[in-house]
Amino acid sequence: MLLLGPIGFAAPWVLAALVALPVLWVILRAIPPAPQRITFPGVALLAGLADRSTTARRTPWWLLLIRLLAVAALILAFAGPVWRPVPLLPASGPLLVVMDAGWGAAPDWPARQARAERALTEAAGAGRRAALLMADGRDGAQPLRFQPADSLMARLRGAGPGGFPSALPDDPGPALSDLPPGRLSVLWLSDGQDHPNRARWFQALAERGDVTVVPPARPLNALTLEPGPDAPVLRLHGEGAAVLAIGPDPQGIERELARLIPGEAEAGSRLVALDLPPEQRNRVTRFQIEGASHAGAVVLADDSVRRRKVALVGDLAGQAEGQQLLSPAHYVRQALAPSADLIEGGLGDVLDAAPDVVILIDQVQLAEIGELAEWVDRGGLLIRFAGPRMAGSDRLTEELLLPVPLRQGGRDIGGALSWGDPRGLAPFARDGVFGGLTPPDDVTVRAQLMAQPGPDLASRTIATLSDMTPLVTRDRFGQGQVVLFHVSANPEWSNLPLSGLFVEMLTRLVATARSAPATESDPREAPFWTPQSVLDGFGRALPPEGLSPVAAEDLARGPAHDRPAGIYAAGERVQALNAGAPLAPAEWPGARIEDAGAGQGLGLRGPLLALAALLMVLDALASAFAARGGRVAAALLAGLILTAPPPAQAQDLDPDLMRAAAEVALAYVVTGDPEVDRASERGLWGLSLALRQRSSVEPGRPIGVDLESDDLSLLTFLYWPVTDSQPAPGPRAYLRLNAFLRSGGMILFDTRDGDLAGVGGPDMSGALRRLAAPLDIPPLAPVPEDHVLTRTFYLLADFPGRWQGNPVWVEAPPVGAEIQAGMPFRQLNDGVSPVVIGGNSWAEAWAIDDNGAPLYPIGRGWEGERQREMAYRFGINLIMYVLTGNYKSDQVHVPELLERLRTEEIPSR
Amino acid sequence: MSPQPPASAAALRARAETAGLHLPGLILAAEQLAAQVSPGAHGLRRAGPGEDFWQYRPASAGDGMRAIDWRRSARSDQDFVRDREAQTAQTAAIWVSGGQGMAFSGASDRETKAERARLLALALAMLMLRGGERVGLLGQRARSGRLQAERLAEALVAAPAAQADFDAPDAGALRPRQRVVLIADFLARPDWLPGFLAQAAGLGTTGVILQLLDPDEESFPYHGAVLFRSQSGALRHESRDAGALRGAYLARLAERRDWLAAQAGAAGWRYVHASTGDLPADSLTELWQMMGR
Repeated sequence: MLLLGPIGFAAPWVLAALVALPVLWVILRAIPPAPQRITFPGVALLAGLADRSTTARRTPWWLLLIRLLAVAALILAFAGPVWRPVPLLPASGPLLVVMDAGWGAAPDWPARQARAERALTEAAGAGRRAALLMADGRDGAQPLRFQPADSLMARLRGAGPGGFPSALPDDPGPALSDLPPGRLSVLWLSDGQDHPNRARWFQALAERGDVTVVPPARPLNALTLEPGPDAPVLRLHGEGAAVLAIGPDPQGIERELARLIPGEAEAGSRLVALDLPPEQRNRVTRFQIEGASHAGAVVLADDSVRRRKVALVGDLAGQAEGQQLLSPAHYVRQALAPSADLIEGGLGDVLDAAPDVVILIDQVQLAEIGELAEWVDRGGLLIRFAGPRMAGSDRLTEELLLPVPLRQGGRDIGGALSWGDPRGLAPFARDGVFGGLTPPDDVTVRAQLMAQPGPDLASRTIATLSDMTPLVTRDRFGQGQVVLFHVSANPEWSNLPLSGLFVEMLTRLVATARSAPATESDPREAPFWTPQSVLDGFGRALPPEGLSPVAAEDLARGPAHDRPAGIYAAGERVQALNAGAPLAPAEWPGARIEDAGAGQGLGLRGPLLALAALLMVLDALASAFAARGGRVAAALLAGLILTAPPPAQAQDLDPDLMRAAAEVALAYVVTGDPEVDRASERGLWGLSLALRQRSSVEPGRPIGVDLESDDLSLLTFLYWPVTDSQPAPGPRAYLRLNAFLRSGGMILFDTRDGDLAGVGGPDMSGALRRLAAPLDIPPLAPVPEDHVLTRTFYLLADFPGRWQGNPVWVEAPPVGAEIQAGMPFRQLNDGVSPVVIGGNSWAEAWAIDDNGAPLYPIGRGWEGERQREMAYRFGINLIMYVLTGNYKSDQVHVPELLERLRTEEIPSR
Repeated sequence: MSPQPPASAAALRARAETAGLHLPGLILAAEQLAAQVSPGAHGLRRAGPGEDFWQYRPASAGDGMRAIDWRRSARSDQDFVRDREAQTAQTAAIWVSGGQGMAFSGASDRETKAERARLLALALAMLMLRGGERVGLLGQRARSGRLQAERLAEALVAAPAAQADFDAPDAGALRPRQRVVLIADFLARPDWLPGFLAQAAGLGTTGVILQLLDPDEESFPYHGAVLFRSQSGALRHESRDAGALRGAYLARLAERRDWLAAQAGAAGWRYVHASTGDLPADSLTELWQMMGR
């Protein structure tokens, strides 16, 4: 490789061709541009004519320059220029490539592989032996085997980063015991993080040869979960704009649920509060740094982030049905059930289930108080409710696990035998656990337990009544806390449990519970944790394949190659093992640090070739300009510009049509005849209202459709009154109509003439035939008696509109359908008729004005109104037919239909 | 004018009929018909072979029994003979140059000179046929009647193209008292023309010379370095500055036209020039007027 300043050339001998450039200049200058060749019969007249100006036209100098530049660019490109090429490693002795294979290497793993591959290729080219050491904790215990470098390629390409930190064996000695002769050169592709034995290995390698370290191109970041004062918080180490909370949404689709913004930086890391509603937080399966794709940026959510396990202890059963509302547990259960897992039972039982919160409802002198105290001491949250039993206890002052000493008895306010009115709640302290909640005015307290006055009382009170007597008190015991509601959990003492405030207070309190108070690991109880799902180095979840259960004490030591980050389960308990750790930058004293940003050097061949191509295009344009004048050049240029793709245009949808898709709006074809269009609009509106009143179909306002311009794909039903004056739509409109029919739409053709012509069939003589001929319409037949249209909603025999007694035509039933014995209907298979054709002028029968009164008269008197009702029934049946297809012809409904047919027949007899 | 070349004889004929639709049937000047040998459709105002009634005359000796008109004779005691008016037809011969140079068109949307020449030739022939003349290609037999238009169209389309850029008509094909139409571009100096005209004059044959050119040949719109070559490649001329040649070229073209007009005038012929850029009907009208004189 030849180096000229910052540019290196891979094939410098090609540059010798540059010598030819001046020669080329002379040759190109000497040769005039080729003449145009024109066939011209008049050449006979030209014979013997001499040019007036004899100066030979030469190629203009700028055209020459363009050509020479193009050639020079080509020559330079083929010489393989590289901007700031990577200097070669010393080309002698064995090569050892050390690759950190933990999650820290994941973000730029392909670049690392490419760098190692390049080193191995170079070594193979120089005939050096090489070895590959993957720092994943497995490799390196045996003496390294140095082999021909290209035999390592397969192993290199197959390797990937793991969901654990990079690791090397404790002692580098055995691995390095059998080195081939020659000075060792080491290429260490580091992930930039320190790991336990790295310094020892580095020292050992540096003693035996030259170490070149390739640090990561970009700084790493990592995410860890740590228990906060009230709730667990995430800590973001390094860069990162936000943390994404990912989990299934209510539809069960995995997606980003929330985007958490980290707080202020402190010592290289930032805290990210898990500020999520409990319901949402319970759905989170993982937290991930936005834009980072390595296992260290992922925190898997386990019990510590998930729903709190709340244990209810109190008089749970024993209440007769109907007296539920008297049970205190009922109110607590109702308040917490949406956001927490509830366990109910005796205190001893629930403690075994490792709850996060224990709620004691009006309990005194518990037998297991010692265990409970131990549990609180380890970080449990105990919430106690007062009640008649506590108030009546004569040893209340001796009761353990209370935030404040209580006075015996209690206090009644506003009772029959007491002075004063029931007390309301004082506003909550802004910075307290209830800060931001507003007590409703109508919450009053009639009875409470009173605390012994003391210096600590004010600081332990987190909610008070309006007379400043405590309502809720809290105190810390060891790592846990105890909270006491001085009222009962049922509405006996106050109406607090009936208010929404009660739910919010409990939710807030439960959220402050520390996740799963650390239980001493009991080796007999959970000796092994089984991996459920593990992460690879890129932070992707994989099924655990080839992994054995992990001993509990190993799991506590963090992830490694045999226990990558992931979800581990032991019995009922689930624990997440996260790879992320605080960042600890590695130090490399005395090593040569390769600038990772430089990488392979920037290849200049591509840009140069592009430049040459560009110059040639320019040359073609300029030559055309010189030879034929501007017109051809302009045409060429226009051709080049026109071949560029036009910018994409966003498709805009008609808001009316969007509405049609949102609410099932009926549509009619605008014919251009104002009277007919008004009848269609009013008629469909009347039918829409009837549908709203009588069925669960609730269409919006009808939509007029212009067949020429409107998109039909969002519509389901199209009413097409046939008029003589309507011009036939264009071919594109028919394409759209046919697509509409094929995709399940239906057109109701209405010739509106009441079959005046008397042909007894669809009026195929005139306008209808003209309009409908290009449509894909199947063979038609009059509606048979057993057609599903007669029973989709109402049972109908006739389909009157403003006129009646005329046949209505639909798709002909299949030829083979026959009536089976015992079945009232033929087994007609699928296929909703795409068109219904008739002449009964239905829209006029349906039409109503703004007051809901019919617009057009029908028949005479009562008979006419009956006919109008039947028209509505036909309309409803038709829309049901459009929307549900032949669902009603399903034989499942036959018994029911038979029954109804029978009941209709009996009165008619 | 539609740019599609007439691919077949039928198409050529259809276009020719369109072009000549509005012109009256051709009746050539009468004085030249007086001594015509061959009978035709022109009434000679004397009895003779023909189709139209001319007179009844009393039968005289030498009239055969078959010549007597018995219907007229039955009305009197004398025998009568029905005479018909003597009719003759003019004979016209058309020659279209088949030189390679005729296959030139200066623009892709313009028909070639050869196509236009065939079109004009056939239209003219059809007009004359409508007038009852006998028309044929020079050197071929002249006939009358509508069928001849078909034959002419086929012959024009099937006429073999010459290998050279230019060709000449065969003076030996001239017949006395013919009307001859020569259609060519006359770009190469037609050395044959004086001899041809002299022989024609000797035979009493007159006609029209139509010089048909492409607009590019009339305006010479070239400039820059150009290598001109004829259609067959036999002639070449290279110029470094074609634009400067325009003046000289146009001067030579005008000189050629003057020479052609002078040659034609000297032999009693007419000279017409037409361009493929003109409407064919215009060219035909001009040609028609020249023929009628």
